[in-house]
Order: sequence, then C-alpha cells, then structure tokens
Amino acid sequence: MAVFVYAENINGVYKKAAFEAVSYAKAVADQAGDTVTAITVNPTDSSDLLYKYGASNVINIKDEGLKNFSAKAYAQAVSEVANGNVIVFPHTTDASSIAPMLAIMNGSSLITNVLEAPESLSPFQVKRKAFSGKGFMHAKSEGAAVILTVSQNAFGVKENTVSGSEEVKNLSVANEDTKVISHEQSSGKLDLKEAEIVVSAGRGLKGPENWGMIEELANVLGAATACSKPVSDIGWRPHNEHVGQTGKAISPNLYIAVGISGAIQHLAGVNSSKTIVVINSDAEAPFFKSADYGVVGDAFQIIPALTEKIKALKG
Amino acid sequence: MKILVCISSVPDTTSKINFTADKSAFDKNGIQWVINPLDEFALTKAIKLQESQGATVTVINVGDTATEPVIRKALAIGANDGVRVNLDPKDSYSTAKEIAAVAQNGGYDLILCGKESIDYNGGSVPGMVAQLLNQPFVNASVGLDVNGNEATAVREIEGGKETISVKLPAVIAGQKGLVDEKDLIIPNMRGIMSARTKPLQVVEPTSSEVKVQGVSYDSVPPRAAVKLVAADNLDELVRLLHEEAKVI
Repeated sequence: MAVFVYAENINGVYKKAAFEAVSYAKAVADQAGDTVTAITVNPTDSSDLLYKYGASNVINIKDEGLKNFSAKAYAQAVSEVANGNVIVFPHTTDASSIAPMLAIMNGSSLITNVLEAPESLSPFQVKRKAFSGKGFMHAKSEGAAVILTVSQNAFGVKENTVSGSEEVKNLSVANEDTKVISHEQSSGKLDLKEAEIVVSAGRGLKGPENWGMIEELANVLGAATACSKPVSDIGWRPHNEHVGQTGKAISPNLYIAVGISGAIQHLAGVNSSKTIVVINSDAEAPFFKSADYGVVGDAFQIIPALTEKIKALKG
Repeated sequence: MKILVCISSVPDTTSKINFTADKSAFDKNGIQWVINPLDEFALTKAIKLQESQGATVTVINVGDTATEPVIRKALAIGANDGVRVNLDPKDSYSTAKEIAAVAQNGGYDLILCGKESIDYNGGSVPGMVAQLLNQPFVNASVGLDVNGNEATAVREIEGGKETISVKLPAVIAGQKGLVDEKDLIIPNMRGIMSARTKPLQVVEPTSSEVKVQGVSYDSVPPRAAVKLVAADNLDELVRLLHEEAKVI
C-alpha cells in the first residue's frame, strides 16, 4: 500500500501542516508496512525537512506554470505523480481545494477533516470531525484508493527521521483558467489554524481600542489572536479572526477566551482545543461549563496582570 | 447570466447534536432545519448579481421532500426557481454527481456554493462539482465581481488574501465575507408569498453510487469540571497551565 502525501509550502517554505501531514502519512505507512512519498511543488526548502518526519522519497515538482496556485492545475500535477492507494493532504485552504478535484480525477474516495490514524486499512476506516466539532464520524471508504485531509493540530507533528531521496519532476501543466492578480500576505502574523496557542476575545472587551492588551498577551505567549462572531460582525476585528461554527474551526493546545460568553456556535469552532481557559466577569457565562480553567473577574485587570506573570515565567 | 446556487439543509446553528441510540446515524428528532449558513452567503451574492446584472438564479438541493422548506426559503429570498434532486444524499460524491448532472444541461455561467456544510463538514462538494464539469474552482472566496465572461474572486489564504481572475463558467465556493453578514436577506411577506408560486422542479437521481459511508458517530466527551482560580491569584493559573496542562 503505497502512501503519498502532499507537502504544502507557501512561497517555497514548508508549512507546519505539511510536517503534520507527513507525520500522519508515516503512521499509515507503518501500519501498512510501506513507505511514504511526499509530493511538493516548487519548494525552496530542503527535502531533509520532509525526511525528518518520515518521507523516504520526495517528488519535487518543478513547474513555472504552477508558480501561482490553481486548485485544478495543482490537482492535475499531483495526479500525474501520485499513484498510491492513500494520498494524505493537510486540511488547509489550498490542500482542501485540490483534494476533491483529485478525488474525481483518480476515482478515489475522499475523507476530510481526519483526526486520528486509521482504525482499519482494509476497508479503510478513520475517525473524522463532523457537525462543526460537535460530533465525530467514523467514515469508511468503499473503494481501494482513498484521499484524506488531516485536520490541523489534530494528529500532531512527530519527528521520525528516515533516510530519503529526492526526485525532480519537470512538468508543464496547463494553467489557463485562473490568473492571480494580487497576493497579500500579512507578514509576521501567526496563522490562526496552525497556532498552538490562541488568545481570543469577545464583546466583553467593550471596543476595538481595547485589543492592545489581547495582542500583548498573545505576543508574550507566541499565540495567534482570534475573536467571537459578534465582534467580527460589528467590525471590531477582521472576518478572518472569527472562530466558531461559521468562521474558522481551530484546535490549538491552549485557547484563552476573554469576555466571550460561549454560545454553542462559538464552542463548535473551538471545543477541540486541548486546554481551554475562560476569563469572564459573568460567573454564569455558559463557557465556564466547557472550560478546563476559569477566572471570574474584570478582564481589564486580569489580562495585563496575567501578561506580566507569563513574561516573568518565560524570563 | 445564469447562476446556479447549491444549498444544503442543515441543523440550525444552535442545535445540540445527538446520535441515535445505536450511534449509527444523526438523530433528527427536534431539529430545526435551515439553509447552510455558508450557502446563504453564496445565495445572497447571487441575488446581488441578479439585481445588478439581471442574472437568473436557480437554487439546487439534493435531498428528500423534507428539504423543500429550505428551497422555498431560498425562493423567498429571491431565487427565480429551484431544483430538488430526489435523493437523500449519503456522501459528498453522490451529492456532487447529482449537482453536476443538473448543471451539465443547464448552461450555467457560474455555480456558487458555501465552502462546506456545517453538518458533515466535508468541504468536498464544490471542488468535486468543478472537476466533474471540468471547470475552474476557487475555494474560500471572500469577494466576487463578474464582468462578462470573467469573474474576479478574492480568496482567503492562510495569513492573507489573493485576488484571482477566473474564466467563466466556474465554480466558486464562498464563506463569510463574500457578502457582509448584515446584507444577508431576510425574506419579507411579499417574498414568502411569491415563493409559493415559483417553479420547483423535482428530478430523479442519476445514480446512487456512494464512495464514503458514515459507519458510526460519537458525541464529544464532556470536559472535567472547570477549575476556578481567584482573580487575585493568577500565579496559580500560570502554575496550572505550566505544570498541570503543560501548555505554556
């Protein structure tokens, strides 16, 4: 059972999600008694980074036509080199755009939002996230070939160095239907879905001018910032920071929610966080029922004090 | 311009999710059904294009008769007509296949969908439809303009945005931001009355091939009771996060 994995890079640099997908693929390959082949497009990073997580072969696709992302052209490129029974993708925006197109091209089954190593390889069965994090589904593939997308921060990045080799493939895939006009990457900002710690705030903060202390706490923790739906609806924070059922679903190791009451829709997006801390002045806020640790009190006093204490801990 | 909007009937966002006693299926008892919120952004965008460019908007849903109320709601919001493929869908593939079969004959310039449904969260149908129709696909779209046979879409990428021009026909999967939340249309009485007489075509499925089956379901296990820390004892919170949870 040959196992392939799509190692996503941004501007040539591998994402943490790529290492997680390779780690997952290695677990599947170990179960199957086979090896992992990673596929990547125009990387500048070294393949050593992929050997480190268990990829024995790296197929390095060189294609000027794929300089700009197109789901269809990338799916075409991956389908030209991947001929395994299992193809693993991270559940990022780009990868989860390629995977459904590839599934149709190859006639494979597609199981998205995968959380754990497979329960069985034949038939292929695996646990996945469903109902926006309010439940789990054990999904079974009806066919022999299966494409998976692995939910970010679910399986984790696991070092497992193997000796590997790289093969360069020069492709020239037609990429005519879409053209990138502009690309804005906010530099230095931690990606919310990849972040291991997320500090999030809600209407309890009373106004956008008060977000400085949230950003400072996030900064000290090396965390990303997020917000509740009402906050992005009012325009205090951008839409891309909204976590919840209709925003982003995240699974960090630590989620700190400040001034968020914990509506069921918000919980749906964050309840797969490993540890949840809730800080709220309302002792009756429903979020306390879903938290591991809670502090009842005034965020305007607690957050600056907590920031100082964490600074002290980190030295 | 002809637009096809794919809508899914999903449990209301406030629903508590339960499974049947044998865990083999989602328990539909007591559930209110709504248009998938991410599809509502796509539908509203289509209605805006209907107003600004005279587009016709057809909504399509793959579902049994129980999903007709959400199709009628979409008609009340302003869609011109609706199609229901008479199949209780079992997976993304069977859903995509039916949508593509209807789209194939419809000559649509643009197919709009939400990027995923909030029930099974497959996020697979839009890309599958695009590939089945051999059309370009833009996912996670937070902005869209149409000019003749070309669209300009803005898609969210990790840590940024990308603006893309796309040749039509194409499939665009949208999310929050495609239109503002405040611009979502709430049907008025006139819309509700006219929806009753708008055409709703029921077509039979082309096949029943399924590629993925939900074998069983689990609820999320409850967390242990919260440990409350006094507001004037944050050293204890830091200690718990550092030593007990080991997350900082």
